[in-house]
Amino acid sequence: MRRKGLASMAVQTVATSSDTTVDLGPAAALSCRECGHRVPLGPVFACEECFGPLEIAYEFSAYDTEELRRRIEAGPANIWRYAPLLPVPADVAGKPNLNPGWTKLVQADNLARELGVTGGLYVKDDSGNPTHSFKDRVVAQALEAARAFGFTTLSCSSTGNLAGAVGAAAARAGFRSCVFIPHDLEQGKVVMAAVYGGELVGIEGNYDDVNRFCSELIGDPAGEGWGFVNVNLRPYYAEGSKTLAYEICEQLGWRLPDQIVVPIASGSQLTKIDKGLQELVKLGLVEDRPYKIFGAQAEGCSPVSTAYKAGHDVVRPQKPDTIAKSLAIGNPADGPYVLDIARRTGGAVEDVTDEQIVDAIKLLARTEGIFAETAGGVTVGVTRKLIESGLLDPALTTVVLNTGDGLKTLDAVAGTGLTATIRPTLDSFREAGLA
Amino acid sequence: MSVTVRIPTILRTYTGGRAEVAAEGATLGEVIADLEKNHTGIAARVLDDQGKLRRFVNVYVNDDDVRFEQGLETATPDGAGVSIIPAVAGG
Repeated sequence: MRRKGLASMAVQTVATSSDTTVDLGPAAALSCRECGHRVPLGPVFACEECFGPLEIAYEFSAYDTEELRRRIEAGPANIWRYAPLLPVPADVAGKPNLNPGWTKLVQADNLARELGVTGGLYVKDDSGNPTHSFKDRVVAQALEAARAFGFTTLSCSSTGNLAGAVGAAAARAGFRSCVFIPHDLEQGKVVMAAVYGGELVGIEGNYDDVNRFCSELIGDPAGEGWGFVNVNLRPYYAEGSKTLAYEICEQLGWRLPDQIVVPIASGSQLTKIDKGLQELVKLGLVEDRPYKIFGAQAEGCSPVSTAYKAGHDVVRPQKPDTIAKSLAIGNPADGPYVLDIARRTGGAVEDVTDEQIVDAIKLLARTEGIFAETAGGVTVGVTRKLIESGLLDPALTTVVLNTGDGLKTLDAVAGTGLTATIRPTLDSFREAGLA
Repeated sequence: MSVTVRIPTILRTYTGGRAEVAAEGATLGEVIADLEKNHTGIAARVLDDQGKLRRFVNVYVNDDDVRFEQGLETATPDGAGVSIIPAVAGG
C-alpha cells in the first residue's frame, strides 16, 4: 500500500474542482490517506479500494501570506476567522451555529513552577467552548457538511462530550438530533447531552460497541438521511481540530510551539493538530522550525502508548477500563498515524494511572484555577511524567491541551469536598483552626 | 457451517446491492474465501496483499471483534453473524 507523506497531504492542490457542485469552500475532493484514491465530496468516510480513511483535499485560494494573516486577524473571535482554511462555505459565519473556538491560551506560570518548566508553559483551555469541550469545533464543520449534503438529522456515537456538542449544534441550526452513548457515562455528560432536547440513546456496551452499532445503522435503511458527524461526515468533522493548531500559533504571536501535549482517544485530534501546524508552515504564516507532538493516554486505555513503547507501528485494540471515559476508545482508528507523528517529530506517547489523572486535575485546579475534565488530567499528568523521564524538555515552550470542563466529570474528584462544617459563630470558626 | 455476513455499503457493489449474504465456512478465513467464490473481488477489498485483514477493516463474529479472538482463524459456528465494518474514529 502506498502511504502519502504527511507534509504532502497537508496542503493539496487538485487539478479540478469541477467534480462536485457542493460548496464547502476550499474543500475540493476526498482523498484516501492510505492509497491516495480520490472521490468527489460526499457523505463517505472509507476508501472503496482499501477501507483507509478519507480526508479532505484542499484547493486553497491564492492568498498573499500577509493578506491572509490580516484577513484572519480581522475575522470573528471564533473558528470562522480560519474559514478560508476549512471545509466550509465562505459565508459560514452568518449561518446559525455555535461559533466555537478562540478559547484562552493560558500562560500557566504557577503550574510551570510546580513542574519545573522554564521555557514557558501554556494551557489551551477548550473548556471555554459553548458546550465546554473541544467537540464544538469538529461538530461545527460536520454541521456545514450536513447542510451541504441535505441531511436533516444529526447523529453520532459518543463518549459523552460529542453527544452534547451535537445536541446543542442541532438545536441552534434547527436539525433533529439522535445520538448514541455508552449507557454508563458520567451523569454530567448524560444531562448535558439530553438537555438540548434531542434523542439520546444509551447502548449497552462500551464506546467501541456504540461505534460499531452506528456504522451498521448507516448501512441500513433506518439510518438513511442521517448525518453521523463522526462516521459518514468524519472527513469534514475531523478538520475542526486543525483550528486548535491555528489558534495556538496565532495566540503565541504566529509562532509554532516547541512542544505540544495532546490527549489521544481515536487519535484524530492529534493528527489534525499536526496537519494544521504543517498547513501554517506551508502557507508561510509561521516560521518553519521543529516541533514535537506528544500523545497522552490513560493507562486503563493505552493501546497507542503501549504500541509506541513496544516500538510497534500497529496498534492492538484494548478493552478500556479508566475514569478518563472521553478517551476510552480501545480500538483507535488513527492510532498508527499518531505513532508516525510522535516518532517523526521527536515526541512520544505516554500514559498515566487513574490516580495520577486525579492528582493532575487537582494540580491544574490549584495552580491555575482551571478545572479540567479527566482528559485534561491525562495531559497534565503525562506532561509531568514526560518531564520526569526527560522526554519533554522543560526549557522549551510547551502547550498542554485541556479539552473539556471538569464539571462534566465530577465523579473523578468526588472525594474533594468541605474543609470543615462549623456553626455560624466566630468561636466555631476559630475552633476549626481556620483563623 | 452456514453464516450470515453483513456487507458494508462500500462493498455492496460486489453483492448486487445486498446488505446481507449467506456464506459457508468453519473459520472466518474460510467464510471470506467462500464470499470470494460468489462475489469475485470482495476478498481483495477486505484482505491485504499478504492475505491479512486490512488495517482499517473491523470484523465481528457475533459480538466479538476477531482481533481479540483468532483473527482469520476465528471459528464461525453454524448460524453465526459476521459483520464487516470500516474502522471509524471519533468520540
